[in-house]
Amino acid sequence: MTPLSTAAATIALTVNGEPRSLPAGTTIAGLLAIHDLDARLVVVERNGTIERDRTAFEATALDDRDVIELVHFVGGG
Amino acid sequence: MTLADSITLPQLDTDLVIGGRTFTSRLMVGTGKYASNAQMVAAIEASGAEVVTVAVRRVDLDRSKDEGVLHHLSPDKFFLLANTAGCFNVTDALRYARLGRAAGFNEWVKLEVIGDQQTLYPDTAGLIEATKVLAAEGFKVMAYTNDDLIAALRLEDAGAVCVMPLASPIGSGLGLLNPMAIRTIKHRLTVPVIVDAGVGTASDATLVMEQGVDGILMNTALAAASDPVRMATAMRLGVDAGRLAYLAGRMPRREVAVPSSPTTGMLG
Repeated sequence: MTPLSTAAATIALTVNGEPRSLPAGTTIAGLLAIHDLDARLVVVERNGTIERDRTAFEATALDDRDVIELVHFVGGG
Repeated sequence: MTLADSITLPQLDTDLVIGGRTFTSRLMVGTGKYASNAQMVAAIEASGAEVVTVAVRRVDLDRSKDEGVLHHLSPDKFFLLANTAGCFNVTDALRYARLGRAAGFNEWVKLEVIGDQQTLYPDTAGLIEATKVLAAEGFKVMAYTNDDLIAALRLEDAGAVCVMPLASPIGSGLGLLNPMAIRTIKHRLTVPVIVDAGVGTASDATLVMEQGVDGILMNTALAAASDPVRMATAMRLGVDAGRLAYLAGRMPRREVAVPSSPTTGMLG
């Protein structure tokens, strides 16, 4: 792969408040895999909408400028 | 066998039913602020609690903090109740409630809309508004509120399945500051009343339950005790003691002595 095609094939998005650059075509499942996260234990909010259907994570590609929140349960009262 | 196990509470008490679901324990506990996950699990098991609250937060992608609480608490063993702690307006509370439902295993939420950073007192107007929205979406809303009767009545009208007045501010350990207010709320509401926040030690829990409320939710009283597992056991017994004393009906208070032994048959 040439540097030119690599540059053209990335998307810029925000994940948990931090700017990120990912290969174009990265799916929700792919993003979770990068962080070694179990899809059953994480909720994905994409541009303010909860991605409820976890079976669609493999097929759902992220878009340039997406704002993603990955949340889970932590200790609390 | 512990003392608690030897008492046949089911025969002495009625079921706790909230929103159509029967719960096994009147003591509900949080999962925050423990020194370790192992200590948290041990304390929760000692408390006998079925309902266990959790918070919704961003995953730490750098893994500098600990993993999610579901790695330590099985949803098959405990009834996980997501809260909206940390939300200071209705919009945030609704967002966290919806994320919690998507993350969790039920449609229940412990709704918090906080109105003030220093006291963490609830924004009751925001609570009522958020309760209406969530109840319409099918949530079973357990609403954390202050010890104000009118707010409690409005929350019931708004569709809360139970109302959760505070004993004193969250994390304060000051115990039950206004027993009359709590009794009044209990007398006037149809839905269950669970006192949430402020209990510091077992006698506080007993005193709360003696007011006739349906249960208690606590976190810091266990997590911040020097020995959380012992305190959890004490709280379990304290809640049961207070509940049974309430059901038993205390004797009237008198400001004069009444002898317990016969006044006749004394030696002449």
